Amino acid sequence: MKGRVLVVDDDPALSEMLGIVLQSDGFEPFFVADGERAMEAFRHTRPDLVLLDVMLPGKDGIEVCRAIRAESGVPIVMLTAKSDTVDVVLGLESGADDYVVKPFKPKELIARIRTRLRRLDDAKPETLRLGDLTIDVAGHSVRRNGSAIELTPLEFDLLVCLARKPWQVFSREVLLQEVWGYRHPADTRLVNVHVQRLRSKIEKDPENPELVLTVRGVGYKASDTTD
Amino acid sequence: MASRLLLRWRRSLATRVVTMTLIASAILVGGAMAFLLVRVTNGLVDANTSKSIAEANVGLAAAEQVVLQASEAGPPTASEGLADAIMNALVNSNEGGAAYEVLLLDGASTGAPMPERGTNLVEVASVPTDLRAQVRTQGERAWTYSEIRFVTGPSEPGLVVGSLIPVGSQAYQVYYLFPFGELQGTLDLVRSTAWAAGIILVTLLGLLMLFIARHVVRPVRQAARTAELLRAGFLEQRLPVKGEDDLAALALSFNDMAASLQTQIRQLENLSRLQQRFVSDVSHELRTPLTTIRMAGDMIYSQRDDLPPALSRSAELLHDQIDRFETLLTDLLEISRFDANAAVLESETVDIRTVAQRVVSAAQPLADSAGTQLRLSGPDEVCLAECDPRRIERVLRNLVSNAIEHGEGQPIDIRVGADDRSVAVSVRDHGRGLDEKDLTRVFDRFWRGDPSRARTIGGTGLGLSIAMEDTRLHGGRLAVWGRPGQGASFRLTIPREAGGLVGAGSPLPLDPEEVTL
Repeated sequence: MKGRVLVVDDDPALSEMLGIVLQSDGFEPFFVADGERAMEAFRHTRPDLVLLDVMLPGKDGIEVCRAIRAESGVPIVMLTAKSDTVDVVLGLESGADDYVVKPFKPKELIARIRTRLRRLDDAKPETLRLGDLTIDVAGHSVRRNGSAIELTPLEFDLLVCLARKPWQVFSREVLLQEVWGYRHPADTRLVNVHVQRLRSKIEKDPENPELVLTVRGVGYKASDTTD
Repeated sequence: MASRLLLRWRRSLATRVVTMTLIASAILVGGAMAFLLVRVTNGLVDANTSKSIAEANVGLAAAEQVVLQASEAGPPTASEGLADAIMNALVNSNEGGAAYEVLLLDGASTGAPMPERGTNLVEVASVPTDLRAQVRTQGERAWTYSEIRFVTGPSEPGLVVGSLIPVGSQAYQVYYLFPFGELQGTLDLVRSTAWAAGIILVTLLGLLMLFIARHVVRPVRQAARTAELLRAGFLEQRLPVKGEDDLAALALSFNDMAASLQTQIRQLENLSRLQQRFVSDVSHELRTPLTTIRMAGDMIYSQRDDLPPALSRSAELLHDQIDRFETLLTDLLEISRFDANAAVLESETVDIRTVAQRVVSAAQPLADSAGTQLRLSGPDEVCLAECDPRRIERVLRNLVSNAIEHGEGQPIDIRVGADDRSVAVSVRDHGRGLDEKDLTRVFDRFWRGDPSRARTIGGTGLGLSIAMEDTRLHGGRLAVWGRPGQGASFRLTIPREAGGLVGAGSPLPLDPEEVTL
């Protein structure tokens, strides 16, 4: 069994088709058709990943996303019919790790899901330091002066990717490839939004970041002064 | 200063009305005053003249009486005594003081010289020579107006009455000189009063017109201001309606017009919004079933090797057409977003060379299959620009894939350029090119360069329209050059700073060959 996937979508045909595709790739799908019952289903099925449609009857996808994020860091991939800036950014800011725009190709969706679940498999003991942060890669934990900082798996991956090579500047495209698993150029807003979310959790002053720095015109890098 | 006045004249109705009123009333009042002055002057002068002539007649009669008395004792001679007696008669004949001067002159050139007399040092030259000649030769009583001069003191205009008084064989010329000093004073007073009255009248008229013009112009100006506000989109603006006069009628009609315009614009806006919403909704609603179709199609497509040949080919066709359908849908949605002004720039600072490089790499497989060589060139230094890289990439992707499709396998040059204010990318192919008619239509929606030719890439026909909209959104320019048989060149120029605008210039020539040739 590769993983449990909760599909939150109100369109029965699409849900069924998603089920077929997920099953044929070895995932175990669960379904819920409206936003009101999504949390209940989430708690009941305890999925490894959530596929969440933005447009839902009852609670919309953005609200469901916030509710899930409030209790869990589980990877959330939004299914959206809108690629409009506002909707996408709203979805990402409400806590989604990634999004796919309808109509997507099954392979593309599976690739997104695989990348988000990949980190569950690998676990080599490794400890990184970034500024006053201590990162335990295998234990998936970040500590500052002994107290733990809660990060979602995606934010953790992003931090580890940057902290492993503090001397290197990562372009948004490279980060999309490394962290999100995109092999083709994609929406760099994903990177921007998640860097902001990461900063809001690890920086003392997110307005003047000291750990994750912006390199104008190029991308981001981790601060290489370890103290 | 002069130009400002001229501007004011052209711009302000009130200024014009007041100025024209001032000019017209000045002419009218001036004419009336001039007429009045002429009549008054003539009347006064006439009255004065006849009174003076009457006085002269009395004096002359008295003088003749003196000569007559003298001749009773024998033929008179022009003695000093006689001259004094005549003079006395002339001067004192009129009661009420001497408001005149008298000259007693030798009347003939023959005989012994006669003693001459005059009053108050009046000069002989005061009597015009014409008058003297007339009196001497014809012996008639005559009069004329003349300047009366004195040996000392100022001269003044006046009336001169002349006559001959025979004394024996000789004759005296007698001249009464009536200075019009008093009359002149009266006339001056009348004239200055007339002037003052005229000026006051004209000024008052001007002020009155200014008041009226203001009164009329104010609502007109207000209407103009309101119309301006309406034009700026404040459709609820109206004019205040006061009273029932012409201006109120104007305000009422104006308001009716504004209300009708507002209704029509609202309707059109609603209609257009509805239509855009509809296109957007249709596109969105189509997406969910299309996703299911796409996944089902892909499932079948991935199993096509196990299917009989006809079904296998059907699966391939289905797969390709779903792709095409999806691209079309995406482009339509994008266009509807532009039409609804809902497209927003997500600006960040990027090196335009990186974007171009990425586009070229992505287009490489397509170019390889068309046997086309892609040549990218540009400056060595970074070409930073604040732009939405997704949109710029989409524009360039479109230009490059168009160039590959129409480039007939000839090499394609992609050049990057930059100057202080803008960055540019040009894409030049050496294919069939574009004729003049094509150049005007190339950015039109669903326009196809060559309908007779089979399409290899299968664009939607919206690509260049979207590229144009994307460029406009950046404040940039998308220019096209083409000659039949020589290929075509598209050049994208965008400002370095978000929110900027590019002028007519660009860091790159539109037809790069022009420079190298």
